[in-house]
Amino acid sequence: MKLEDLKKIREKMEKETNLREGKGRIKAVVGMGTCGIAAGAREVLSALLDEISKRNLTDIVITQSGCRGLCDREPIVDVYEEGKEMITYGNLTPEKARRIVAEHFVNGNIVKDLLVSSK
Amino acid sequence: MAKIYNLLLCAGASCISSGGYSFRDKLVEELKKHKLEGMVNIVETGCVGICELGPVVIVYPDGVFYKKLKPEDAKDIVEEHLLKGRVVQRLLYKEKDSEKIVQQATQIPFFQKQLKIVLRNCGIIDPESLEEYIGKDGYSALAKVLTEMSPEDVIKEIKDSGLRGRGGAGFPTGLKWELVRNSKGDEKYVVCNADEGDPGAFMDRSVLEGDPFSVIEAMTIAGYAVGAKQGYVYVRAEYPLAIKRLKSAIKKAYEENLLGKNIFGKGLDFDLEIRVGAGAFVCGEETALMHSIEGQRGTPSPKPPFPADKGLFGKPTLINNVETYANICQIILKGSKWFSSIGTEKSKGTKVFALAGEINNTGLVEVPMGTTLREMVYEIGGGLPNNKKFKAAQIGGPSGGCIPAEFIDTPLDYESVKKLGTIIGSGGLIIMSEDTCMVDLAKYFLEFTQDESCGKCPPCRIGTKKMLEILDRISKGRAKQEELDLLIHLGEQICKTSLCGLGQTAPNPVLSTIRYFKDEYLEHINEKKCRAGICFKKKK
Repeated sequence: MKLEDLKKIREKMEKETNLREGKGRIKAVVGMGTCGIAAGAREVLSALLDEISKRNLTDIVITQSGCRGLCDREPIVDVYEEGKEMITYGNLTPEKARRIVAEHFVNGNIVKDLLVSSK
Repeated sequence: MAKIYNLLLCAGASCISSGGYSFRDKLVEELKKHKLEGMVNIVETGCVGICELGPVVIVYPDGVFYKKLKPEDAKDIVEEHLLKGRVVQRLLYKEKDSEKIVQQATQIPFFQKQLKIVLRNCGIIDPESLEEYIGKDGYSALAKVLTEMSPEDVIKEIKDSGLRGRGGAGFPTGLKWELVRNSKGDEKYVVCNADEGDPGAFMDRSVLEGDPFSVIEAMTIAGYAVGAKQGYVYVRAEYPLAIKRLKSAIKKAYEENLLGKNIFGKGLDFDLEIRVGAGAFVCGEETALMHSIEGQRGTPSPKPPFPADKGLFGKPTLINNVETYANICQIILKGSKWFSSIGTEKSKGTKVFALAGEINNTGLVEVPMGTTLREMVYEIGGGLPNNKKFKAAQIGGPSGGCIPAEFIDTPLDYESVKKLGTIIGSGGLIIMSEDTCMVDLAKYFLEFTQDESCGKCPPCRIGTKKMLEILDRISKGRAKQEELDLLIHLGEQICKTSLCGLGQTAPNPVLSTIRYFKDEYLEHINEKKCRAGICFKKKK
């Protein structure tokens, strides 16, 4: 191993372990209550995971939660970004989830037509 | 696909022996059943420290802490938490008094008071993964040393940090390194003492099991600093898991040329080998340990000459304890100023204690030097079971002594503890309630050292035997009062005249319990009474 290799491995692994501990630039929480799962939250979750790994995004944490109480709008994804207000997307499909990754996570633009609210 | 959950499964010896692997196997099975293998990453880490609650798992990214897991709990964790994002309440930690349920590992009082330098990676990374170690700043210290620092700079940094030997004696580590560096000779050795033999102490085992690379890297730095090309880790044979993980780590380090010739292309050569002990407690004594590595009988020899002048194979040798080495890389990376800001005036940094005995949270605890015994018992340890009254703590294992309840506010550092006639030692901390008989305790430890005495010098061989005979008579109510004075006299003589540390410290538990609990000894002798109800029990 050379000194340059050490730096590379460290940078790569730092990101991975940060993600492990939930320290990402963006944290997206998929509602996985019975309502969410019935409405297709699992497919949405898979699409999100697939899209971020396709795009090799290493600073995004995807996780899941129970029912948020807004069962009517499931599947729901809450997006937490440091220094910004929490954003809630609703009525998602795998395709819409992929749009969120591309437009919001990568380009930094909130996908307005998918919003449930922004509080 | 990206992993959504990381399950940090404690694979320390304690969690494994309480069924950690059967839980893991069931977990893997459940994950397969629900086709979740792709989404979940299981990392087997070193000891998390809270052994009382094992087997434990921490689920990231949420940091949810599950305890006392049985194989059948795997189903709930997979189906509820991993599949639906619902935390399994019944497996969470509950605070003893308030019954408050705590979800996050970081919110458990046991962890909150701790400061982890030595154990920083234990329970966080996969101990056999070099990559994960590097991700946690691993090998950055060696890189820094080889690119920016001369051997003298390294030694100065360690000296300035105020680090002292964690094996028991508390000798300034930097000074030891300097002595070996300045000792004449082309051939020098670096040795790591991992022959952790004190009953109840297991901090070294945890470091080797949980973060073996940190010791390998530190020994390589030591090799550079003192001018040695060969190192040995002497591990006791009773630590098979530590040996396995250390072996695997050494192999990986060789594959990546982090051991061997021309490390990092900077011209440093350093080889490292493991030597496994054969079960003798005395081999934790440095001269006996080195004889054992040489292939000789493991018995001590007089000092001087000290290992720094004439050590292994008669060559200048640096010998440090596992926990001491585990501090080195952090001192190099964060600087001596940072390290010396932690702890007390003369005792810098942290100390790992093995908390055991009558205490709610048994386990491995790392705290800044100077943390009081009260904090250890009531805040970190969570008090005594069934609200029993704290009587005393035995500190330093069979070489140490006790701290009675009236001194519970003593800061645990080298000096304060020494004033009470005991030592920090390797860091065993056994908590005792009113149910412990101090005569019986002293007898237990003396039986241990007497049994482990190598027999080379008469004070230790014969003296401890005679002491034990008197103690035995006291515990049976057959001793005369003047024998108590004889016991003290014998103890003091053995301390002064024994050849090595084993004999010199063997009487400590006896002397220290007489010092603080003389009335209990007298009760045994004069009234044939044992207030704890341990001695004089009629044998069935």
